[in-house]
Amino acid sequence: MPSRTCSHSPSGFGKSLPEQGLLLLVVLVLLEGSVLPLGAASSPDVSHQDDSHNHKVADHGVNATKKVFPVLDVDYHHIQTPFEISLWVLLASLMKLGFHLIPRLSSIVPESCLLIVVGLLVGGLIKLAGEQVPPVLDSRLFFLCLLPPIILDAGYFLPIRPFMENVGTILMFAVVGTVWNAFFVGGLLYAVCQIQPANPSSLHSIELLHCLLFGSIISAVDPVAVLAVFEEIHINELLHILVFGESLLNDAVTVVLYHLFVEYAGVGTVTVMDGFLGVISFLVVALGGVLVGAIYGILAAFTSRFTSHTRVIEPLFVFVYSYMAYLSAEMFHLSGIMALIACGAVMRPYVEANISHKSHTTIKYFLKMWSSVSETLIFIFLGVATVDGPHSWNWTFVTVTVILCLVARVIGVVGLTYIINKFRIVKLTTKDQFIVAYGGLRGAIAFSLGFLLDQNQFAHRKMFLTAIITVIFFTVFVQGMTIKPLVELLAVKKKQEAKRSINEEIHTQFLDHLLTGIEDICGHYGHHHWKDKLNRFNKKYVKKCLIAGERSKEPQLIAFYHKMEMKQAIELVESGGGVKLPSAVPSTVSMQNIQPKKPPPAKAAERALPQLPKGREEEIRKILRSNLQRTRQRLRSYNRHTLVADPYEDGFSDLLIKKQKMIELEKKIKEMNNYLTVPAAPPDSPTMCRARLASGRDTDFKPAQQQKGNKICPDPQAYSMKPVSDSVPVIQVDLASPQSPDSVNVMDEFRRANQEEDQGLMMKPPQGSSGSNKPGEADTTRDQQRLMRCLSDPGPSADEDEDEPFLP
Amino acid sequence: MSDFSVEQIKNLHKRFEQLSGNEETISRENLENIPALANNPIRRQIIGAFFDKRNQHQNEVGSFEEIGFEQFLMVMSHFRPPTLKTTEEERETMRKEKLRFLFNMHDTDNDGTITLEEYRKAVEELLSKSGAIGQEAAKAIADAAMLEVASTNVPHMAPDDFYEGITFEHFEQILKGLEMESRMHIRFLDVDTTTMHCGRSTS
Repeated sequence: MPSRTCSHSPSGFGKSLPEQGLLLLVVLVLLEGSVLPLGAASSPDVSHQDDSHNHKVADHGVNATKKVFPVLDVDYHHIQTPFEISLWVLLASLMKLGFHLIPRLSSIVPESCLLIVVGLLVGGLIKLAGEQVPPVLDSRLFFLCLLPPIILDAGYFLPIRPFMENVGTILMFAVVGTVWNAFFVGGLLYAVCQIQPANPSSLHSIELLHCLLFGSIISAVDPVAVLAVFEEIHINELLHILVFGESLLNDAVTVVLYHLFVEYAGVGTVTVMDGFLGVISFLVVALGGVLVGAIYGILAAFTSRFTSHTRVIEPLFVFVYSYMAYLSAEMFHLSGIMALIACGAVMRPYVEANISHKSHTTIKYFLKMWSSVSETLIFIFLGVATVDGPHSWNWTFVTVTVILCLVARVIGVVGLTYIINKFRIVKLTTKDQFIVAYGGLRGAIAFSLGFLLDQNQFAHRKMFLTAIITVIFFTVFVQGMTIKPLVELLAVKKKQEAKRSINEEIHTQFLDHLLTGIEDICGHYGHHHWKDKLNRFNKKYVKKCLIAGERSKEPQLIAFYHKMEMKQAIELVESGGGVKLPSAVPSTVSMQNIQPKKPPPAKAAERALPQLPKGREEEIRKILRSNLQRTRQRLRSYNRHTLVADPYEDGFSDLLIKKQKMIELEKKIKEMNNYLTVPAAPPDSPTMCRARLASGRDTDFKPAQQQKGNKICPDPQAYSMKPVSDSVPVIQVDLASPQSPDSVNVMDEFRRANQEEDQGLMMKPPQGSSGSNKPGEADTTRDQQRLMRCLSDPGPSADEDEDEPFLP
Repeated sequence: MSDFSVEQIKNLHKRFEQLSGNEETISRENLENIPALANNPIRRQIIGAFFDKRNQHQNEVGSFEEIGFEQFLMVMSHFRPPTLKTTEEERETMRKEKLRFLFNMHDTDNDGTITLEEYRKAVEELLSKSGAIGQEAAKAIADAAMLEVASTNVPHMAPDDFYEGITFEHFEQILKGLEMESRMHIRFLDVDTTTMHCGRSTS
């Protein structure tokens, strides 16, 4: 959840107080209002309630004695279920709103705690009203409706690189750690229960298998709770992915252990064969889940290839395929969570290459919205379910459970890290281990699994539930609240804020290839070698199938570069075009500053070029410079919750570039008109052409149709650059020549040898989706201006012939 | 020098002999003949780095025609990972060393800076397996990258100033987020892998 810290100015705070009061009032009224129908829902005498409602509302319209046609009627029963659902969702969302309005609360107490408290309140209110609390954490509702959006959101936006780099560690923690936890807690709990001497309570009757089952339920780290708490503390990527990855991947283990123990608890004994089958079952569950997810992911990617004509339903495919992956996995008792993660992670790169920018935004927003609401609802329901019970408090059992959970977690993490560090390059320090251990939060999944237990088969179900709730409360409240100050105290490394720069991207790719090469030279097939093979396979076969059109061939670096340029272009236009944007590193550096110096011009004696009077030169230079300078902005940092627009919009780039060019051109034309009165020079002297300085700048622009495939129609108004060829005389204006700072040297076309290296920002016409969507800011100040034909421009096609040279 | 273990040195020596055909030195052809390298876009730079005298840390410049096992090992030592016992200071040195290695790969004329031309060439090589699309975009990407380096390191340049090229300090500055000492490494196995290839007789 994004944690907005509201900073109110003193006057603002005063103003918002009545607003807050109003909001609280509304919330209370809503609570009261919601309690009655919610309570009424589960009470048997619904009709009685309805009648009383009827009379209250329909008083004025109905004649009590004669039953005339009811003008106004209330039929709550008709809309009951959807109404209640909507009311709960509304409650959850209003709560979320409310928390962020209270300024300091959200920074002290994590949202999850507050929501549980709200749930407790609501549950309490319902109970007070005498109604029966609805079974909100019913397992079907939880597992089929509430959990999938959160997991899909996590899976779709999973940072693949850090995940894959640490997958060994994550699997160790998830599988071995969870199994260790389950057996340790279950076993020791059984032992403790057995040694209760004085109190021959029901504890003695607990069987070992039941304890082990309980252990397996309570030992799994919960992804919802982890997400909720970790999102607010912004620790570094490595720790985040370790704990979070573990919470996702331990689902398979939990599923297997749970079913195993439920099955055999009935029988009473477990043989070695059963244990062996359990291991096989684990592999089937885990790998099967991933396989199901991957299949659906590929289907989704393949479908998205053909959606270019029906953009509006693109997001639907993503959601439906993912949900079906989850349901299919659940059908076979495979791990639904792993299926969902695999589906999201597999489909994402291909789907994003195929869908439109708007669909991309839609998917992002919908996923965030659903997962946010789901999370809120889950915590509220936890609170409500706590009030409901059923409870059976047993001091020994509960306290021993809590203590054992903590101890098991710590021992497990420390022990595993010792082993893992032998294989890791970036070792996990003690601080890291502490955070991993402390971040092992339990949540609603454990409760739901406990709730699923059959009361008849498991006599101690109530006690289990109580213990589970206590552990959940302990981890969420105590650990959740204290983890933030602890992170500060221990000075754990925080998340890096700045987005990757183009240099980092270039060098990441460079390093990948370098390390692959070194591995090849060394002769062993390491990590990089296989990654490289996978990438090549992907590029050669998979991308061609799953990505439509031109983009299937686009290398990653270029895609990254385009995205970056577009983002900047959009920022520039949105800020009013040309106005300096505030940036982290305000800079006056522009292209002009990095272009290599031209070789010194010919000696003065050989120069037959007339020079402009000084005043005029200054003016020309100033105007050109002011039009050509650009500021480079630092990109905004990426945050999982801020949805920066992804500017790969069809047609948007055209508009943008056109607009910019228009503005600049108009300015130029206006100012350059004054300079047509330069003293006449011999007819075939290049100086005549200084008059055409105006069009120089815009020549680097590539017409829009050279962008991806056929998605963008040729823009008839685009100004195209003429390809450099012998027949076109080119005038270059050297502004920054050190030899003659006071003169504008005009070199003629025979100096074209120098032009070659200036082609940096220009693209030759026929090409694919390379950086043609560069806005006007791309062709900024340069040492030399390329003067081509001017304003009466030609059509967009790059293949057309040269127009007549402008020199007579 | 490097702190390779005895096992690792033995394995690397075996590999060296395999590459050189049991001779004392290897030449560029030996490395170019490795089939797996054929798909690598920056093949030439990698091979060049082995023969670059600057990577031998003896303050010489230029390049060798052939290198012996010691020089081979010296180049490989740039890819050692840090261990739990590596101190902060040692990590800093390691990072500088690795960054220097990368810098040398780009700075082909050894003038201490990566000029725009050299950077363009580097990006072009990187995209060389991507066909025409790659080549066209390479220049733009290199220019943008250069601009970024200049903007971050020398934010206020007058319009007439000229940014010569990326110096080593600037190079360090822009890549400091990547934590080179942890990223730029390969696993040197303690197991002899030269005998473990299935069905491969050469390299």
